[in-house]
Parts: sequence; structure tokens; C-alpha cells
Amino acid sequence: MDLRLPSKVLEHIFSFVDSNEDRNSVSLVCKSWFETERLTRKRVFVRNCYAVTPAAVARRFPGMRSLTLKGKPHFADYNLVPDGWGGYAWPWIEAMAEKSPSLEELRLKRMVVTDECLEKIAASFKDFKVLVLTSCEGFSTDGLAAIAVACRNLTELELRECIVEDLGGDWLSYFPETLTSLVSLDFSCLDSEVKLSDLERLVSRSPNLKSLKLNRAVSLHALGSLLCLAPQLVELGTGSFSDKLDQEAVSKLAQVFTELKELKSLSGLWDVLPEYIPLLYSVCPGLTSLNLSYATVQMPDLVELLSRCSNLQKLWVMDLIEDKGLEVVASSCKELRELRVFPSGADVDETNVALTEQGLVYVSEACPNLESVLYFCAQFTNAALVTIAKNRPNLKCFRLCVIEPFASDHETHQPLDEGFKAIVESCKDLQRLSVSGLLTDKAFEHIGRHGKKLKMLSIAFAGDSDLMLHHLLSGCESLNKLEIRDCPFGDTALLENAAKLETMRSLWMSSCGVSFGACKLLSEKMPKLNVEVIDEHSPETRPDSSPVEKIYIYRTVAGPRMDMPEFVWTKHKNPEIGVSHLAIE
Amino acid sequence: MAYEKVNELNLKDTELRLGLPGTEQVKEEQDVSCVRSNKRQLQSDNEEESTTPPTKTQIVGWPPVRSYRKNNNNNNNNNNNNNNNNSVSYVKVSMDGAPYLRKIDLKTYKNYPELLKALENMFKFTIGEYCEREGYKGSEVVPTYEDKDGDWMLVGDVPWDMFSSSCKRLRIMKGSDALALDSAL
Repeated sequence: MDLRLPSKVLEHIFSFVDSNEDRNSVSLVCKSWFETERLTRKRVFVRNCYAVTPAAVARRFPGMRSLTLKGKPHFADYNLVPDGWGGYAWPWIEAMAEKSPSLEELRLKRMVVTDECLEKIAASFKDFKVLVLTSCEGFSTDGLAAIAVACRNLTELELRECIVEDLGGDWLSYFPETLTSLVSLDFSCLDSEVKLSDLERLVSRSPNLKSLKLNRAVSLHALGSLLCLAPQLVELGTGSFSDKLDQEAVSKLAQVFTELKELKSLSGLWDVLPEYIPLLYSVCPGLTSLNLSYATVQMPDLVELLSRCSNLQKLWVMDLIEDKGLEVVASSCKELRELRVFPSGADVDETNVALTEQGLVYVSEACPNLESVLYFCAQFTNAALVTIAKNRPNLKCFRLCVIEPFASDHETHQPLDEGFKAIVESCKDLQRLSVSGLLTDKAFEHIGRHGKKLKMLSIAFAGDSDLMLHHLLSGCESLNKLEIRDCPFGDTALLENAAKLETMRSLWMSSCGVSFGACKLLSEKMPKLNVEVIDEHSPETRPDSSPVEKIYIYRTVAGPRMDMPEFVWTKHKNPEIGVSHLAIE
Repeated sequence: MAYEKVNELNLKDTELRLGLPGTEQVKEEQDVSCVRSNKRQLQSDNEEESTTPPTKTQIVGWPPVRSYRKNNNNNNNNNNNNNNNNSVSYVKVSMDGAPYLRKIDLKTYKNYPELLKALENMFKFTIGEYCEREGYKGSEVVPTYEDKDGDWMLVGDVPWDMFSSSCKRLRIMKGSDALALDSAL
């Protein structure tokens, strides 16, 4: 008796399997499941664009409608990855244009996207709907114009913190009058002023518009007229909140804000003047997400605002909030799930001393749903970490950045080993952790022993020896991404735990003590990994014992990449000459 | 592309350590390679710091704040300090011996006594009386400020309006530095 289910039945069953984690498991069951799954997968996620070739992805998933790609390693956000390293979107767009012309959605993070790429998208995908670019660079507003003019069914265009060559605000005017499908528009990272009348007309003819994030150049006055046209907005990113308005204009604006009955998310608020903060009071009770991280609002005004946000789930704010402000958040925002506190100063020296570990302790005590934390702070104590761990065992993401490297517990002058031990012991579902402050190898012994669900770990200026790396690679079973900078380990732990690296997506190490010889050895031993040595200051010839600047190791089925710049070495390059015989100019 | 050797020297002076004392030997070498600067340093910060008291070495990519966000912060600061038509005018205040800077809005004060009182409260010190001829004689601390031209001046020398529109940042000097400044006057 043939017990195989007909593929039509399998197809129907798989149509209920949404998450790609599940789909990946499904595809491993047997050949027919693999086949059916791949033919029915609509949304493809490639979390390292060099782990697999575009052609292989297109071949495997012919029904692909949505592609999400990530390029550069995370530390590229902090200028640790030199320009020209890679992460080019072009090969992907070119391949999909040829093999998957029905592609509708493209989401790219930390990739180099050129105007040529955008023009290709506009020309190739007839039913293109969604373009979301996060932390991308390499394109200009001309490329945006190409998308605007050609994508007749566009629903989402979002530019999140991209570096764009801004040639002016004309691009917005290229959206045709026939485009009425817009649901989300985010151009907050652009500098130039767009023509207000074009923006107003676009908004008026977009009845489905739910999310609008303006750039700083959109004045407060303009905001008023835009909001009149889109009272249905669920997400709003304002422009500059600082024009001098007369009394009549202010009350009109206040009125307009009260009409925003669906508003759940608010951001922008650049240059917001304290006297305009009350304009926001009417939307506060409905807000679930508030991003004040670009608004230099002082604590008293923040308190006024946040005490009215009883439904807030996500809060991003600057350290201007101080401990006092966080105390108010603790008592007012009981639904809080995610808190991020950013430094208001531009460098190591400028830190708001009125924000201490106590602020985070308040929130951890009073907000039962708090599961994600990013906290920049001048100082911390083990006692505070222990308290936070006890209060919030449900933490999933804990990123603490004590701004002073090697800062010890400011009360006991001990390393913060015990504090982070408490965190990993108590928070059994912790998936992401960033550590800071003075830490010895012991801290990493604790993390290795208890951090069993840990997927991503970020470390800087910590540890004493190879033991630290050994504890992590041998202990953290779920480890997927590890990024380390300025830590004093050498070759031994890396080479001893080489096999672990194939179970991880990637490992980044910079300014550590790993030698060129070890990198070569690792490359030889582990053919399924790309071991990239990134060294902008490398000499003509490199002895095996010399330490390397930066190493990026990732598993891949794509083999060596073809687009490596001069300063990236892999085993495929001749170290003497320094030029890859595989590289394409 | 060249290594900035100057900053390497500064680094040894500030003696940043990895790990606990007693494990120093290997660490010295690591210190130098770890905390070095390269061309990616924020250029504007370099220029700003050159005339002020020595600050810590700039560490590339630290604190880990995305450059997009850092640039926005810088823009905020520049806009606030340079544009006197804004109703806020934040300046940084540092005090010798205190590890952290504070920020105050100069526009919230109407005259010198108000400002000095606020500074006294913020940093917990007392300052003597200012008199034109002798500055802050007898006081442990001397408030100074950097003006638009980059010169360091004594707070109180010029009329309040002129001060509040030209002050870029404040520094409260202590101890021997204060005496030296006093005697120079």
C-alpha cells in the first residue's frame, strides 16, 4: 500500500505552515516533502547573503514572492567593517529578475544597493509591491524616483536609517496620479525637502495609508495639513517639531492630533520644543510604540508625556530620561515589553550621570512583560544585575552597554561577573545578550554553563584568556552569532572548537589575538566555512605569527565569494601577491 | 591609512587594562592593538577636543551607537548651540575631577548668579563671589567657558547676554589649575 500523501494534499497542509523554521524542518523529512515544500514556499529569508548563491535560491524556490536578505555583519553598524567589504544587492536582483520575475517584496538589511539595482527592480518585477531597505547605502534619490514612477502596485516603500545620496526632494513627485495603493511610506532618513503639495496629493489619494514617516525637513506646519488628510494613520513619524506657530495654528494642530484615533506608533519629533509636547497628550493613551530617541526632550517633559502612555509596549528614549523618568515609566507603563535607552552624548566622555543602573531596576521591578532591553549607562553594579535577573526571568534580549570600557562595579570595584551570572542563570529563555564592563573569564564560564538558549552574543573589552572563548564555543549550544572585539584570546580556543563554527551562522572577531597562521589552518580544516581576514593595514607579506585585525567566519554552501576587495584575504588568495585569482574586477 | 602613532602614546599614558592586575605582561601588547584609532575616527570630535583639557582616547566604534544615530545627535547639538533663535541653548558642563559631563540649557537662566547657583547645586561645590578685578578669589573652583572663537574665558567677565550667546561649553576648574588662572589674572 502506498502510504505517501499525494502532493496536492501535502501542498494544502503546508499552506498552513507559516514560519520558515517549521518549513525548514518540514523540508528535511523526505524527498517528496522537500519538493513540495520548496515549490510552495513564498517567503524566503537569507540571513547571510554569502551563505548561498542567488541562483541556488531562485532554483530552489520558484514560487518565491518575498525575499529578505542580510549582508554585512552586525558590527558594520559601528564602523568596524571597512567600506567596500561587500554585501552587494546587485547579484541577487539580477538573478531574481531573470528567474523570479514574479517577485513582489524585497527586504534588504546592511547591503549595498545602487541606483542601478533600484532601476532593475523597477524594470523587472511587474507586480512589485514592497521595498524595505534597512541600514543600506549606495543609492541616491534618483533610484527612488525610478521605483516611484514604475511600480504601479507599490504598497510599501521604507528607508530605515539608510545613507542616501540626496540629490533633492523631486523623487516624491514621480509617484503617478494613478498610484493609490500605498500603505506605508518611510523617508525619514532623507535630508532634502520634498514638495509639500505633491506629498499632500499622494496622501490624499492613498486611502490605505497606515504608516507615514516623514523626514526632518517636513515642518510642523506641514504636518498639520498632512494629518488632516490621513486621520486613519496607525504609525506616524513626524518631521521637525519646532516651528514657531501662532496660537491659532497650535490649536488647529492640537485638534488634528485628537482625530488620530487609530494611532499606535509615534516617532520622529526632531527638535521638539517643550511647549509643543502637550499636543501629543491626546494620542498617548493609544500608543503602543514610542520612539523618542531622536528627540532631545528633558526629563520633566518626558515624565509628563510618558505618564499618559498606559498602553505603551515599546519605548525608545535617550538617557535624558534619567532614573526619575524611568521610575515614572515603571509606574505608568505596565504593558512595557521593550525598552531602549540611548546615550545623548556623542562620545565616551559625555554621559548623563543622572541615568544609572537604578533606572533599569525600577522598570524591571514594575513591568512584568519586559523582555527586551538595550541600555546605555555610565556605570553599573552586580547588585543591580542580580536584582534585575530576579525580577525579570522572562527576559529574552538583554543588551547592556556600560559606556566606560573595563568599568567595574562602581560600588564594590569587582568585575561584573556575578551580575551577568545571575542574568544567564535566571533568564532561561535568554536569546540575545550583550555584555560590557569589567569581565573576567569567569563571566564567560557562567555564560557557557547557563546560556543554553543563547543565539546571539556580543562582547567587547572583556575576558583574560583563551578560556573565555572556549567556554562560549563549548557551552552555548544554541549559539548562532558571536561577535567579539578587543578581547585578549589567541588561537587555541578557536582551533580547538573549529567544529562548532559550522553550527553557527557567523563569528566576528576584531582586535583580538588571533594569528594569520591560525586563520590559514582553520580555512584548511573547515572547507564549509569562509574564513575572511579583513586587514586594511596589512604588509606585503604576512608571517603566520602576526595577529590579524579582523576576522569574519561564516558557514556557506556558496564557496568563496567573487567580490572580495584587496583588503580581504581568504585561502583562495595568494598571500604574497594579495590578489585573488578568482576575483572579478 | 597610516596608523596614528600619537594616539598609541596617549593610550599608554591612560593605561587602559584588560583584566585584573597581575596578568599584565601579555595585556600591554593587547592594549595597544585593541584601543587604537584609525581613519574612521569622528573628525569633528577630533577638532573639538584639541583645545580642551585632555580627554580619553577615541575608540573606534565605541560606544556601539550606529553612525546614523551619532550624526543625528551631533546635528542636534550643533543646531542647539549655534542657532540662538532657538528657544534652547544646551552647553556641556564639565568639572575637573568629575568623570561625567552634564548639559544645561543656558536660556533657562537670566543672569550670572542664577547660573552659578545652578552649577553649585549640580556639582555640589561652593563658589566665592566674583569681582571684576580679582575673579573668583578665595574660591576652590573657577568657572570658565569656551566662547565662539575657541578661547577659554572666565565666567563673569562679559555682560550676561554676550556670554549666553557666545558660550559654547563650560568647564569648572579646580585646585591648582584654578589658582594658576587666578594668578594669571
